[in-house]
Amino acid sequence: MAMNTQGRPSRPLHVYDAGAYTDTFSGSKGLDQAEPLIFERGAFDNCGVDLEEPKGTKTRLGGLDRQDALGLPGLSEPETVRHYVRLSRKNYAIDLGLYPLGSCTMKHNPRLNEKLARLPGFIDIHPLQPQSTVQGAFELIGELAHWLMTLTNTPCVAMSPKAGAHGELCGMMAIRAALDARGESKRRRVLVPESAHGTNPATAVQCGFTVDEIPADAGGRVDMEAFKAKLGDDVAGIMLTNPNTCGLFERDIKEIADLIHEAGGYFYCDGANFNAIVGRVRPGDLGIDAMHINLHKTFSTPHGGGGPGSGPTVFSEALAPYAPVPYVVKENDTWRMVEQEADAEGEPFGRMVAFHGNMGMFTRALSYMMSHGSDGLKQVAEDAVLNANYIQARLTGVMTPAFEGTCMHEALFDDRFLEGTGVSTLDFAKAMIDEGYHPMTMYFPLVVHGAMLIEPTETESKGSLDRFCDTLEGLANAAKAGETERFTAAPRHAPAKRLDETQAARNPVLRWVPQEATPQAAE
Amino acid sequence: MLETVGVASIDDLFSDVPEAARLDGSVDLPPKATEIAVERAFTRMSRRNLSAGEAPFFVGAGAYKHHVPATVDHMIQRSEYLTSYTPYQPEISQGTLQTLFEFQTQVAALTGMDIANASMYDGSTSCAEAVLMASRVTKRKKAVMSGNLHPHYASSTHTLAKYMDINTVSQDANPGSLDDIAAAIDDETACVVVQNPDVFGQVHDLEPLAKAAHDKGALLIAVFTEVLSLGLMKSPGSMGADIVVGEGQSLGVGLQFGGPYVGLFACRGDRNFLRNMPGRLAGETVDADGRRGFVLTLSTREQHIRRDKATSNICTNSGLMALAWTVHMTLLGQAGFTKLARINHERACELADRLSALPGVELVTDAFFNEFTIRLPGDAAKVVQALADKGVLGGVPASRLYPGKGHDDLLLVAATETNTPEDFDALEAALKEVL
Repeated sequence: MAMNTQGRPSRPLHVYDAGAYTDTFSGSKGLDQAEPLIFERGAFDNCGVDLEEPKGTKTRLGGLDRQDALGLPGLSEPETVRHYVRLSRKNYAIDLGLYPLGSCTMKHNPRLNEKLARLPGFIDIHPLQPQSTVQGAFELIGELAHWLMTLTNTPCVAMSPKAGAHGELCGMMAIRAALDARGESKRRRVLVPESAHGTNPATAVQCGFTVDEIPADAGGRVDMEAFKAKLGDDVAGIMLTNPNTCGLFERDIKEIADLIHEAGGYFYCDGANFNAIVGRVRPGDLGIDAMHINLHKTFSTPHGGGGPGSGPTVFSEALAPYAPVPYVVKENDTWRMVEQEADAEGEPFGRMVAFHGNMGMFTRALSYMMSHGSDGLKQVAEDAVLNANYIQARLTGVMTPAFEGTCMHEALFDDRFLEGTGVSTLDFAKAMIDEGYHPMTMYFPLVVHGAMLIEPTETESKGSLDRFCDTLEGLANAAKAGETERFTAAPRHAPAKRLDETQAARNPVLRWVPQEATPQAAE
Repeated sequence: MLETVGVASIDDLFSDVPEAARLDGSVDLPPKATEIAVERAFTRMSRRNLSAGEAPFFVGAGAYKHHVPATVDHMIQRSEYLTSYTPYQPEISQGTLQTLFEFQTQVAALTGMDIANASMYDGSTSCAEAVLMASRVTKRKKAVMSGNLHPHYASSTHTLAKYMDINTVSQDANPGSLDDIAAAIDDETACVVVQNPDVFGQVHDLEPLAKAAHDKGALLIAVFTEVLSLGLMKSPGSMGADIVVGEGQSLGVGLQFGGPYVGLFACRGDRNFLRNMPGRLAGETVDADGRRGFVLTLSTREQHIRRDKATSNICTNSGLMALAWTVHMTLLGQAGFTKLARINHERACELADRLSALPGVELVTDAFFNEFTIRLPGDAAKVVQALADKGVLGGVPASRLYPGKGHDDLLLVAATETNTPEDFDALEAALKEVL
């Protein structure tokens, strides 16, 4: 029962069926060019790669030769280039403008990192080559590990997690393994603040824990009384983001660490916001037991439209023995990678992934770190925090900050300033698109009504921040002045108008299917 | 700026940090370095590695050296793809969303399945997530894994499954044949996990196994580590697989010392499968003008909406590598993909014949795609090291994957379109010398 035969078929070529929908004959509008799917334009016998001719010798596939065609079109090189370049122009990017997605840390990605990651000695080596032939790769991993441990003041780091959520899993699995080693099968409750990233509760559950939410206090931080009341001998630990998703430093973090340890639990710190404190605060000094670090946030490896990331996870002495394989060690002047659990010194909870982690992100992150150095990284945190506070201060008159006082690296607003205007947070965000900006994070964290979370990062200049604030001021004033349609009809100037997400979910069309019975689909 | 904020110094902005945790001065790391200095340091480290392009190269076992057309790297360095975030605002992310929709279509077609997601971290994590999904779909807690499944995949799956109380049962490896997994399937079994071609390179007809699984109400999860094999071989879907997962690294991605790679994940399109699928999905819809557009959809499965009830904790996946994959696939098309697969297969057949003609060398795998296993008259790890000392990267000794399991004389050898006749000569000559 294939979904696409019972659901709505893939739609015909609206873009070429232009008259009814657009005001041009081609479907394009100047530089915004209509672009069909490759399946609608590709010839099925085309190939854009120069390949030698096979000899045509008899196959040795045990009779399992494919009989049917793959059904995949090919494009020539110029057609391919044009297809992806045209599509690329329908994307916003940090290289195009300020990208204020709170919690996502969209900062400039230095091109030196791209260049160095492509050195043949890094990009063209195999993870299972003899270890003697990849000593430089191990050295790089070891060096990056040293920087991460020093910046966090922790004795151990697992490098293999592939992204932030994978790092969370790494940390929580180590906690689970430590509890199991202590014979504490009762400790299965994990405390997670309401404001946490969704990955936190999802991760806890994947480690066999149950999630118990801690409310926020009126100031946007952990409600200490509620937290204390939830402690008990069934508590495995706490997952706390610091600075938290409201953009605030958890003032009571050391007390939280002490209390959770006294109660017999562990402290997992979500390090997604490490960029706010890097070089100024070492999480190890705060009493954490595990923390993942998003190399694609704090250390500038590009987000790539949704990955790849990298989530090295640091551990305290208490959890270090349970860190997963593989890891590198240096003996005299030779590096060695420990790949098997049986060869490890501690009691690793296992292996999380094939091979050794996202080397391509390691090279980029280390290039960023060395370029900045201890002094520059500290300035990264300071500038990120200064920029966020500048935005908060400048917009306080026209928008409504969710909490009083200064913030860390991101400024959080609620939707009180839109009350009675008929404009929602979503409308406001979509209107930003018309102004040439990517919207901020909306409706997150959940503890704030109609939340708008703005993270400018350290790589914006004052001039850039001023233009952004001027624009938001203009929008806020327009909303209050009753220019509702500017918002509800937005975006008007984007490559697409507002998209029907309800229909997409109700009748899922997740792949193109041939339109045999629909003659107008032909070009 | 400080004046606008209303503080006297930067330090005031960090006043919420407990005093004891405030650093005086800097961490103990070197100060900033110039671009030239960083480049110099990296070049020095990179030169300590023997890169695949510098040596006759035959290493596989889950990652393969293939030619990546120049167009691919150019495209993934376009700012609009490289420096964008997950496409949460579809009106200004149609580029990423349409390429993901095309990617999903290509993956589904190639695997012979109804639907595919927008990628996972890599093949091993796709495999682990598939087992979790099978457990949700069947509401059972046991996974039977072939011993010929790449051991890194098996252990990654075991790690992810064990705290969910899913029991993973692994057989002993059986080089050159398939271990008797069908016998291990019972009424408690959620899924059977089998790799094809398996880690030793041997190809298998999955149909009998699919039947054995389905007879007991279990799902068949078919795994591949060499996606190119699908160009020449029957698709896993046509052999009865319910979920197909694997590594997409061979197309567009390069070796990269193990990552970032791109996990492919495809399955049947039944509602129950769709609801239980992990990862992001791009779907088609219309905009306010009625024009076709794409969005991330069915996100009620995902952590940012569903939190502790999500199908997976995955957030960031492998978007840019999925782009590299789909650009390469678009350049190839079915004609090029099939041709490339055939070239690989022919290279491997030729090399297998040449190596197994050497005295004392025996071909263990009789049907294979572009990787095969030979038995050497001695310890394969020592042979590989001796070859490396001569500047030849001759393959992966089975003992690196199965230490202490009695496979010390087995060598996994991969051949691809990148190998030249001179490479073959070099390997043959070097092997003769060290054996």
